[in-house]
Amino acid sequence: MPVSVKNSEVLFAALKSAGISLISALPETWLVHLMRMADDDPDMTLIRLNKEEEGVGISVGAHFAGRKSAMLMQNHGLLTSINGIVSVAQLYRVPLLMFISYRGDMGERDPWQTEGGRVTEPVLQALGIAYHKLSDPATVAHEIEQAQTLAQSSLRPVALLLTRDLMWEE
Amino acid sequence: MLREEALKAVYPRLKDQVVVTIMGAVAVELYNLGHQPNFFYLEHGMGLASSMGLGLAVSLPKEKVTVLDGDGSVLMNLGSLSTLARYRPPNLTHWIFDNESLLSVGGFPTATGTGTDLAGIAEKAGAESVVLADTIEAAEEAFAEASERNGLSVIVSKVEAVGPASFAMDIGLLENRFEFARHLAGLDGG
Repeated sequence: MPVSVKNSEVLFAALKSAGISLISALPETWLVHLMRMADDDPDMTLIRLNKEEEGVGISVGAHFAGRKSAMLMQNHGLLTSINGIVSVAQLYRVPLLMFISYRGDMGERDPWQTEGGRVTEPVLQALGIAYHKLSDPATVAHEIEQAQTLAQSSLRPVALLLTRDLMWEE
Repeated sequence: MLREEALKAVYPRLKDQVVVTIMGAVAVELYNLGHQPNFFYLEHGMGLASSMGLGLAVSLPKEKVTVLDGDGSVLMNLGSLSTLARYRPPNLTHWIFDNESLLSVGGFPTATGTGTDLAGIAEKAGAESVVLADTIEAAEEAFAEASERNGLSVIVSKVEAVGPASFAMDIGLLENRFEFARHLAGLDGG
């Protein structure tokens, strides 16, 4: 499986440096290494979801308890989480940090991913969610730290899109 | 049983716990019994109160966390029963009041009125303790036991589809949110 182990390691280290100690996630191909790392790390709590929107509630609860968390999901998980994002995270001003694998963008070979790819950024824009694409392993630590800083200061969701260039090796 | 009376009966215990309620009648009834800084009323995002409870419970292992849920909300996020049972935080009580209707939006019947069994679903989802409590005495006993035991507790109570006369609450959404978070920050439960 050509999902980049090296870049997943870089991402996971950056997540931890950003103070994140709880990850809620639903498996997707690009996230397999990240989820395994979260599962193997005794300092990280991993909650495996049945559907991504649950993760919004979990992160909101964790935030109120003073804990930094993140959601790890595919862009289709973002689409299924929209009501939770709007009517809990945004309504209650919660700094929800979302790591979203950006399937269906340039280079996508799976036809079933392409509609989700087409609407991901327009949906984030419509929701008014600040987002940034992560593609260079040399800069992701800095970019994640900045996303965390913005989420915490604005008390709003912030999305980081994990691109094919970062996650896939071939 | 009236939900309001059940809440009144357990209020002395409830007031010392971290509590999340769903929107509508449950929130108003608890608020009217006496608001506490450790009470959070989730006024939207139906279905996510139980997920919030999970996030709170795993982050505050020294605190007892109780979610006051309803059939309409649980039916919107049935997968959460399975996630809660999977992680079974020992300090979490998930109390579902089942009035077989979406009372706060006009009383439309839910699927629990036509046979869906939420206690059965919770049990088959893997929850180790699921208690039916349809009388005040049973509710008091079930909540006392849930508060004492070390393990995920699910309580399901059939209640009448009756709500408060007024849904007014003199607390803003964000006021409640910031007060709740500030209160939790001051706990030594982390």
